[in-house]
Amino acid sequence: MRTLYQFHGGIHPPTNKTQSNHTPIKQASLPSKLVIPLHQHVGSSAKPIVEAGQRVLKGELIGAPDGHLSSAVHAPTSGTISAIDMQIVAHPSGIPDLCITLIPDGLDEWIHREPCDDWCALSHTELRHRLRQAGVVGLGGAVFPSDVKLYSHKHKIKTLVLNGAECEPYITCDDLLMRERATEILQGAQIMRALLYAEEVLIGIEDNKPEAIAAMRAAVTEGCHERMEVVAVPTIYPGGGAKQLIRVLTGIEVAAGVRSTNLGVQCFNVATAYSAWRAIGHSEPLISRIVTITGNVGHPQNFEALIGTPMDELVAQAQPLPGTTGYIMGGPMMGVLMPSMQVGVIKATNCIIAAAKNLFPAPAPALPCIRCTRCAEVCPSELQPQELYWFSKAKNLDKAEDYHLFDCIECGACSYVCPSNIPLVQYYRFAKSEIWAQEASQKAADAARERHEFRESRIEREKREKAEKLAAKEKAAIEARALRAETPQAVVSSARPDADPENTMQLKIQLAIDHAKEQAAAIKPKNTEQLTPQQLAEIADIEARRARVREIAKDVTHIDGHS
Amino acid sequence: MLNALLAMAAIAILLGAVLGYAAIKFRVEGNPLVDKIDAVLPQTQCGQCGFPGCKPYATAIAEGVADINLCPPGGDEGIHKLADLLGMEYKPFGGATQPKPKSVAIIDESNCIGCTLCIQACPVDAIVGAAKQMHTIIASECTGCELCVPPCPVDCISMVPIEESIANWKWKYPVYALTASK
Repeated sequence: MRTLYQFHGGIHPPTNKTQSNHTPIKQASLPSKLVIPLHQHVGSSAKPIVEAGQRVLKGELIGAPDGHLSSAVHAPTSGTISAIDMQIVAHPSGIPDLCITLIPDGLDEWIHREPCDDWCALSHTELRHRLRQAGVVGLGGAVFPSDVKLYSHKHKIKTLVLNGAECEPYITCDDLLMRERATEILQGAQIMRALLYAEEVLIGIEDNKPEAIAAMRAAVTEGCHERMEVVAVPTIYPGGGAKQLIRVLTGIEVAAGVRSTNLGVQCFNVATAYSAWRAIGHSEPLISRIVTITGNVGHPQNFEALIGTPMDELVAQAQPLPGTTGYIMGGPMMGVLMPSMQVGVIKATNCIIAAAKNLFPAPAPALPCIRCTRCAEVCPSELQPQELYWFSKAKNLDKAEDYHLFDCIECGACSYVCPSNIPLVQYYRFAKSEIWAQEASQKAADAARERHEFRESRIEREKREKAEKLAAKEKAAIEARALRAETPQAVVSSARPDADPENTMQLKIQLAIDHAKEQAAAIKPKNTEQLTPQQLAEIADIEARRARVREIAKDVTHIDGHS
Repeated sequence: MLNALLAMAAIAILLGAVLGYAAIKFRVEGNPLVDKIDAVLPQTQCGQCGFPGCKPYATAIAEGVADINLCPPGGDEGIHKLADLLGMEYKPFGGATQPKPKSVAIIDESNCIGCTLCIQACPVDAIVGAAKQMHTIIASECTGCELCVPPCPVDCISMVPIEESIANWKWKYPVYALTASK
């Protein structure tokens, strides 16, 4: 029996998982349209590579990764691209973002795939490239591109942790995935283990999911996987946080500002391992995911939904009940309210809760903080939430950062126990985004300063170079004159050319005039031969007119000079 | 007694020499306060404070010639930062140009005649173009200083406020009513 460790704090909210975990995963029916955002992952947005009106096949690349930290986006079914425009996406801000709208043709026609039987024969670089091209990102909620996380050298990573804890109430998508597709999850884990050169694989599952634990254990035995262990961990929120699960399984405490990989541990969600296997083994990009539909619906259950499926069309398949006020994406603790019910499912959508007044009554009015420190007792990151609240509320951001605001995982345990009902996490989110904005503007200011200083120095340099060039030219002219003067004329004037600047100037002017004359002489008017007498007369007429004008001009300058 | 005096004198001379050497060796060029102030200023180089750039304004503040509340792009927050840095009282904004939301310049490229006047005006080299060629603004480098707007002979440059996007969106400050106990 493996020794398990504890992390600080934690709470036991009602799990509310039994509503949705009795029914097997159901294939969601094909929606009327798919709205696929190009920015579903951490990093830079994917670049659209299709045009409106174009027909695409299922699994076809429609958004190419742009930059090192980016991921690909694919067509979840075959159909026609109807628009590439700004639409409201599954983000709490409600701000539109670039999306590709796909109208399915109902054929569900796959693009050519090349299933890979022996992935061991592929190089690690090739495997990572395939994961990147398949758009595999962390499905636990962070949506971090997996290929970037799967980079390691030998003897660096000892343990690969697969996260099947699923600690947040209501959500059962990983539970059902582990029950039904355990073998494929382990196949994905094998690929990940190989890429990381990890020795052992630990699969942490909370003990309120006995069926999933049994299924995974059976799959480990059946697949004869060595050094791979399914560990039942105690049910405590937020035991599924990466740092918390690593602590429970290995006893390693990941300190602030340290990456777990530096301590020999890397962590992935079980659904990520599953999609990694689909991508490598079956050449299927990440175009669908398991989504728990629960809350105010008659038949809460899990669906395998295509990315981009409008949420209301998905919820409609679970017999929605009247009185739904909105959709929460994620769980009740960390989830965010969706700006619209029509937004498309994204790679991060693990759960949609139809919120209603009877399920989530309006929070009791907030009272002043009495500094009871119950929040500090439950904080899994061992922070002082009451201090963070104090500083965030006062917008004393430097101080909040000093108190390790950025170690907060926004699990909401503090808000859950707060006897004054203070929305603590909202304050931390506010403070974090405010600090990020300040950092960004500081960075921009530094860049602007650098550019400005460079420009100043460039202008200075150009001025200097110009002056130097002029000086060199003058010197050359003087030397040339000196050389000429040596031969026919007396050496007297050329002996000291510097002492005679007026002479130099006159010489220069004379040279310029000569040059101009030479040029003028070189140009001969064209079409002057074989002219008819009539043409000659015309020319004479024009010349006379020109002479007259010159006379007038001379007179004008004369008058001007006098006045 | 004499020995002690001599010893003390020798130590005094030695330490004096060390201090003197250090004063020459570690001499700080320029006024470090100017750089500190300059680091707080937003570096738009817009000149709206009445000085020809952020550095000259920083120098003027350091010399006590200028007030700390003249920088419109820095806004209220900037005044607070300067007050903190200099140990002064906060003052409400007192400049000539009122603060505006941050914006970037956009060239209407169909009207641009390629005169290069805006390129010469841009303090951060954020405009690309050549004589008689269309010019364009590198939006990511534009500080929104508006210095390119007046020189344009065809008025083809406009200032567009930066819209909120998912990338720059911020969680709002929680607002809720406190209720008194009954």
